[in-house]
Amino acid sequence: MNQPEIDNVPSAVRLSPLGWLRKNLFNTWYNSLLTIGCFWIFYQILRNFLSWAFTNAKWAVVQANFRLFLVGRYPVSQSWRIWIVFGILAIMAGLSWAAIAHKLPSKLNRWLPWIWVIVFAIICWLIGGGSGLTPVSTNLWNGLLLTIFTTIISIGLSFPLGILLALGRQSTLPVVRWFSILYIEIIRGLPLIGILFMAQVMLPLVLPSEIRLDRVLRAIAGLVLFSAAYMAENVRGGLQAVPRGQVEAARSLGFNTLLILLFIVLPQALRAVIPAIVGQFIGLFKDTSLLSLFALVELTGISRSILAQPQFLGRYAEVYLFVGLIYWVFCYSMSLASRGLEKELDVGKT
Amino acid sequence: MRKWCLVLLTTLPVLFSLVACGGPPSSTPATSRLDTVKSRGKLICGVSGELPGFSFVSSDGKYAGLDVDVCRAIASAIFNNPDAVEFRNLNAKERFTAVQTGEVDILSRNTSWTLSRDTSVGLEFAPVMFYDGQAIMVKKDSGIKSLTDLKGKAICTQTGTTNEQNLGDQMRKLGIPYKPVVFEDINTTFATYAEGRCQGVTSDRSQLLSRRTTLPQPQNHLILDAVLSKEPLAPAVANGDSKWFDVVKWSIYTLINAEELGINSKNIAQFANSKDPEVTRFLGKEGNLGEGLGLPNDFAVRIIKNVGNYGEIYDRYLGPKTPFNLPRGQNNLWTKGGLQYSPPFR
Amino acid sequence: MSNNQQPNNPKLNLWRDVRFWRFAGQFLAVLIAAIVVAILWGNLNRNLQQLGIQPGFGFLNSQAAFDIGETLISYAPSDTYSRALLVGLVNSLRVMVVGIILTTIVGITAGIARLSDNWLVRKLALVYVEIFRNTPLLLQLLFWYFAVFLTLPKVENPISVLGFIRLSQNGLELPGIQFSPEFSTLLIGITLYTGAFIAEIVRGGIQSVSRGQWEAAASLGLKPGLAMRLVIFPQALRVIIPPLTSQYLNLAKNSSLAVAIGYPDIYLVASTTFNQTGRAVEVMLLIMTIYLTISLIISLVMNLFNKSVQLKER
Repeated sequence: MNQPEIDNVPSAVRLSPLGWLRKNLFNTWYNSLLTIGCFWIFYQILRNFLSWAFTNAKWAVVQANFRLFLVGRYPVSQSWRIWIVFGILAIMAGLSWAAIAHKLPSKLNRWLPWIWVIVFAIICWLIGGGSGLTPVSTNLWNGLLLTIFTTIISIGLSFPLGILLALGRQSTLPVVRWFSILYIEIIRGLPLIGILFMAQVMLPLVLPSEIRLDRVLRAIAGLVLFSAAYMAENVRGGLQAVPRGQVEAARSLGFNTLLILLFIVLPQALRAVIPAIVGQFIGLFKDTSLLSLFALVELTGISRSILAQPQFLGRYAEVYLFVGLIYWVFCYSMSLASRGLEKELDVGKT
Repeated sequence: MRKWCLVLLTTLPVLFSLVACGGPPSSTPATSRLDTVKSRGKLICGVSGELPGFSFVSSDGKYAGLDVDVCRAIASAIFNNPDAVEFRNLNAKERFTAVQTGEVDILSRNTSWTLSRDTSVGLEFAPVMFYDGQAIMVKKDSGIKSLTDLKGKAICTQTGTTNEQNLGDQMRKLGIPYKPVVFEDINTTFATYAEGRCQGVTSDRSQLLSRRTTLPQPQNHLILDAVLSKEPLAPAVANGDSKWFDVVKWSIYTLINAEELGINSKNIAQFANSKDPEVTRFLGKEGNLGEGLGLPNDFAVRIIKNVGNYGEIYDRYLGPKTPFNLPRGQNNLWTKGGLQYSPPFR
Repeated sequence: MSNNQQPNNPKLNLWRDVRFWRFAGQFLAVLIAAIVVAILWGNLNRNLQQLGIQPGFGFLNSQAAFDIGETLISYAPSDTYSRALLVGLVNSLRVMVVGIILTTIVGITAGIARLSDNWLVRKLALVYVEIFRNTPLLLQLLFWYFAVFLTLPKVENPISVLGFIRLSQNGLELPGIQFSPEFSTLLIGITLYTGAFIAEIVRGGIQSVSRGQWEAAASLGLKPGLAMRLVIFPQALRVIIPPLTSQYLNLAKNSSLAVAIGYPDIYLVASTTFNQTGRAVEVMLLIMTIYLTISLIISLVMNLFNKSVQLKER
């Protein structure tokens, strides 16, 4: 992360507050004008916003529906399951971060992917129920819960698909290469809303009439198809960053193509693209808001139905600002984590 | 290399002919949806879920409304259990695909019966549950009294409905230019009207009435008298399954016929020993009307006991004791000047 | 293809010939793809036949019978579906073109502001970028539409900005032109959202130009403003253009979110067409073709532009 160049000036002399002001805000006449102009605008916006937030705004809509925002219509008696899931997710996110940043014993490191798989199964069981727990239909998984669930599943499923497509695009077999290129470019040329439309409306038409996918599953299918193309492009960037010498060295040691790919190229390539994948995760997290246009009640969807409650008609600003804050906290903290990772992995530098 | 090309060239046509053989649909005699529903043990019913009076989730978490009770009646006929129904919320746009693809067994979602929907969309419409007409709602203080006052004004409407089309047709006929503002979602449509972006909002009269009760000051809104169109709201099933269609059709006629005969959920026990052949046939004491439908002979009794007759359902959700207080009008029995009429049960 | 590496042993076993495996692998891939496509196609046909829908684009010539709120070309409900779709396409293009121009201005301004030597300007630009990049565009559009435009005063007493811009529930009014609230919302939404991404691209591009260039420009007596315009920015453009292209593509694709706020763009008109005719496959194909064509055109134009700014080695 580069600092703005201006800050690179050696600051051997500690400036007095007045000196700082003069240097940073009023060093030339036009900068002084700019400062005053910006300050005035900033002040106006802040003043209007604060006076609205503390006098006109009625935050009762957020208070009354707090639970709805987070887990939607998930049965109250079962909500302890969701809190456990959030807890597990937080721990796992921390563990993974530590693992990537090499702060874990390497033994644990090796097992982490498998732990993820097991944890994932447990989470699905905890949310969905069955075998001992009361089953909860996907109709009732709403709000932030659904947003996080669809994002994680979609990114997880698009990961292997994206790697295959990236390898396919680099392949020397023309059929495989052209298929991959065609897929990637077509999907990247289409708006997500069109792909979701396809998943919701066309998927049932092309599947045999015995198979009826759940609506949430159809949405996930759409997100995976979409995300895989972008994942492929990210992974391709990583593949290209692996020096040719690595492949040649491995070949001279007698490795065959598959082994080279699995043990030499992919580990290096994937390591290099972790920040890009976090970036994609953030993008997908925001993109799940489009599911609300297909009658799925994720975070944006639930805010739309809360706004239809007769007693809270017209409280748009409050609801959308609150929901926006939730999205922002998640995306911003992830992007901070990604920047930290970039530094740890030392891949940000060119 | 040439050899490989040759092999490729010869195998590809073989492959494509294989594909072509697999392509045309093999028309196997499909099992009826009735059997599917029976073996599943419950009915899957597509509803709006957000339209007070027709389908909504009551405070105790149960679905209720006129559209909902159609599905409960059918579930009663098949399983003798009005709760053997799974409700799915559908929006105006996805409702037809949901029926076409069999995601839902029946669509009971204030859907207008039109020729093109009957033919090109691949639906089969059951008897009309509610005769409606399209109208326009405006704010009282806007001074708009008739359609001509709407000249140059913005009118909010929902896409994917016949309303959008009717509005266009009517205004064109009258030569009144206006600005349509179209939304995908019904909540957004009414919210936008409430915020004052549109001077009017158009929908079926019943819908306007029910939506008006949810606006901050219902008395400040006026529904114009002009009727823009006929909107017969009917449940629908997918084309090409007459066995299932018959079950749906006659379950609904049962509701109407029961009202014609004066049988309701409270007095049905008294009719058990009736000597009237019309009643005994209808209630399955005599003859085998149910058999022809693939239902037990007492299907009518099951329906009436569990959900009541048409009049009872209407009063429960739209009658004088509800906030809507909607007069029966065209939805009265044919014997009382309305349009509801059941073919004979014999 | 020529075989310049003839195997030493002409009777080499087929199974040991790498060319055979390459061929077999591709053949298998084609086979699997063909089978999957055939199965899906068969299902589609069967499903459509069951519903009694005849595939084909004939419906485009029948009467659309729905009205469209904003039209740049003449249109009446008695026109055909194809005309309605054309109206939608023109509306889409209008938002895309104006959006791309505005977002470039906003993005470059914010990107340069991120590097300003004025602390306040720098921080304000940072706040703008971080807020708009980290919230979903759809939510921003809903916010602009419902929380901003629809709460503006009625047409009769509009808010006046700088004397000539007038804001009311009827939208944005400049002398001579009026923009509907839907168009204005969409335009503001995609401009500010994409602008935040472009700002970061511009900042990165300018920082990639070596410090020596600044010093050289200064030693020639160029003031900072001129140095930026004549020396630094043209060099930064080489780094900026490729990611900028993908942001333009995103903007074009994101304009389809118009559907959430009722602006009649191509996607909304196509989805209305689908509602009235029930033709999922045909409508989907139309949407795909149109968006792919638009994406292709933007990429081509930007590639040409890219070529013209690249370093010409002589």
